[in-house]
Amino acid sequence: MQIANANRLTPYLFLAPAALVMTVALLYPIGYMIYASFLDWNPSQRIGEAEFVGLRNYINLLSDAAFLESFFVTLKFAAVVVSIEMVLGVGLALLLDRNIRGMSVLRTLFILPMMIAPIVVGLMWRYMYHPSVGIFNRTLKSLGFEPIPWLSDGSWAFASVVIADIWQWTPFIFILSLAALQSLPQSAMEAARIDGATGWRQIVYIKLPLMMPVLIVTLLLRLIDAFKVLEVILVLTNGGPGLSTEILSLRISRTASEFRELGEAAAMSNYLLILLVILTFAMFAYNKAVEARTARLRKAAQEGS
Amino acid sequence: MPRIVFDQVSKSYGAVEVLPPFDLSLDDGEFTVLVGPSGCGKSTTLRMLAGLETVTSGEIYFDDAPISKLDPKERDLAMVFQDYALYPHMNIAKNMSFALRLARVPKAEIETKVQRVAEMLNIAHLLDRKPAELSGGQRQRVAMGRALVRDAGTFLFDEPLSNLDAKLRGKMRAELAEMRDTIDKNMVYVTHDQVEAMTLGDRIVVMSDGLIQQQGSPEELFKSPVNTFVAGFIGAPTMNFVDGELVEEKGTLWARGDGFALPLPEEAGARLATAQDRHVTIGLRPSSFTTDLTRGAPIELKVVVSEYLGAQSVLVTRCGGAEILVETQSAAPVRAGTEQAFGVLTDEIMIFDKTSGLRL
Ligand SMILES: Nc1ncnc2c1ncn2[C@@H]1O[C@H](COP(=O)(O)OP(=O)(O)O)[C@@H](O)[C@H]1O
Ligand SMILES: [Mg+2]
Repeated sequence: MQIANANRLTPYLFLAPAALVMTVALLYPIGYMIYASFLDWNPSQRIGEAEFVGLRNYINLLSDAAFLESFFVTLKFAAVVVSIEMVLGVGLALLLDRNIRGMSVLRTLFILPMMIAPIVVGLMWRYMYHPSVGIFNRTLKSLGFEPIPWLSDGSWAFASVVIADIWQWTPFIFILSLAALQSLPQSAMEAARIDGATGWRQIVYIKLPLMMPVLIVTLLLRLIDAFKVLEVILVLTNGGPGLSTEILSLRISRTASEFRELGEAAAMSNYLLILLVILTFAMFAYNKAVEARTARLRKAAQEGS
Repeated sequence: MPRIVFDQVSKSYGAVEVLPPFDLSLDDGEFTVLVGPSGCGKSTTLRMLAGLETVTSGEIYFDDAPISKLDPKERDLAMVFQDYALYPHMNIAKNMSFALRLARVPKAEIETKVQRVAEMLNIAHLLDRKPAELSGGQRQRVAMGRALVRDAGTFLFDEPLSNLDAKLRGKMRAELAEMRDTIDKNMVYVTHDQVEAMTLGDRIVVMSDGLIQQQGSPEELFKSPVNTFVAGFIGAPTMNFVDGELVEEKGTLWARGDGFALPLPEEAGARLATAQDRHVTIGLRPSSFTTDLTRGAPIELKVVVSEYLGAQSVLVTRCGGAEILVETQSAAPVRAGTEQAFGVLTDEIMIFDKTSGLRL
């Protein structure tokens, strides 16, 4: 009895150090941030000196036009980039899922953008978007078109950061889709060909439905990431012109460093955190639902046989 | 229901030629079985016919029309796969009606067709289920049903029963045999199991190493195999092969081996006269032995093991250095470890060339 108990405790004993480190390294900062969001806290004060203001920061933010604007920009940015990236990534995967010579080289090339550090991507695109010496405007000029105010006009600036993000993150969706495609049951695909589904119809009726579980998880992962975007936009536009590209992470960093409102910045972070937690739970819930369904089907099959 | 002709068709994967050029014609309305050991190219042949693999050279004709460049869907055929290849995300009704829906057949017609086939195959109560909810045997029926609903001119089967357990396989084999007689279509059936081939085929094509060894009715293959491969592949238990020679004595040709000498019938003797004094392989089917000594040429065998199979027993015996399987009625029990005299039905003896393996 004693030994059995000890045996059952062993795994927890071994996990304890890791759990401790996790708690300190992960929960402490989060707890700190949550606590800070209830303070009116100026960076020149120590945290103990800051005044406790309850939910005031949260309530203030709800009527803060600049915060709402930046929240909206973030939503718009995430929605636009993820939609376009999904279409392009899945489309490319469908296009390149064949065994032609040179295809593996092509696939590798498509994955490269994802591997570049975001800061570098930002710098690279900033040079390309440069109003006079950037490749885009030079090309336009040599073709006899007007130059485009890539980063200096509100709408164009938004489009520019969207394009840079798509360039960098479409590969992510591409490789996951390609992996999903290549693990589809080959014989079902052949059966579909014999049944008369070729080209588009095979994609619509067989491939996409079978890829759907992977696509949904990919979409949620990408969405979570898109809400946290920072570096590329920081380098490209730093949120401007005006507030046209000021996504939440930028707003948070400015609130903390420029406006010196640590409490408010923490409250903003928590709003973002809540959004991300909802998305993450959506993803887990979806995975659980899929697992439960598979288990139910398997059980039914065993009963049927 | 086209007449299918393979004309000098070959298949290579890169530099590897898995099927050298071959000719094969399958008659209208025939149930053809391609049979051979694993890896001999049966599936490749079937898949070229289906359009899932390209032909490397040669041409396949349906009623004189070349089809090797056509898409699978333009060939008017239905196929049953070894792993069933059901669409996991569609229920059984949707699985079965997929081809018809793509062809924009009216809804009511689809429903009656699916219902009819589902009832025929005893799967009508499963139509709302997903494939994952079915047992192996049920999935197999659905795969069959999906092909039947199509009403295509040609049906292709690639080892459709090999994933079932032995009992279920026997049952499905019997049902298939029944279906074969009610459905008047071209059927091409691939299997590595000679029992399946013998029970189902109107015509059997025996393949080995990418080559067609022989084709013919089950009876032809059993009674007159052209070489040792076909002789050994068709029939269970398998044929015994013993080294020996042909010698003439007192006007009769004898097949003589280590520990036995069997007189060949006159007609065979005349045919084999030219092979006299040659070293040969003597083929004896286990069923060619009898315990009724008045009916055959006598042979002494030492019984090593007796495998009781019910009405029949298979005896593992020795004769000189060779091991010989003998099939007997269990009613006449034979004890292991004894020397026993048997009769050999001499007109069933087969003589093969020792080096080429060809029937003499
Ligand atoms: N896609 C392929 N690439 C290379 N070799 C193949 C391919 N498919 C089959 N083969 C080879 O062709 C031969 C015949 O295969 P197959 O037709 O599947 O045999 P089976 O008679 O068992 O159905 C085998 O030796 C196999 O290794
Ligand atoms: Mg095969």
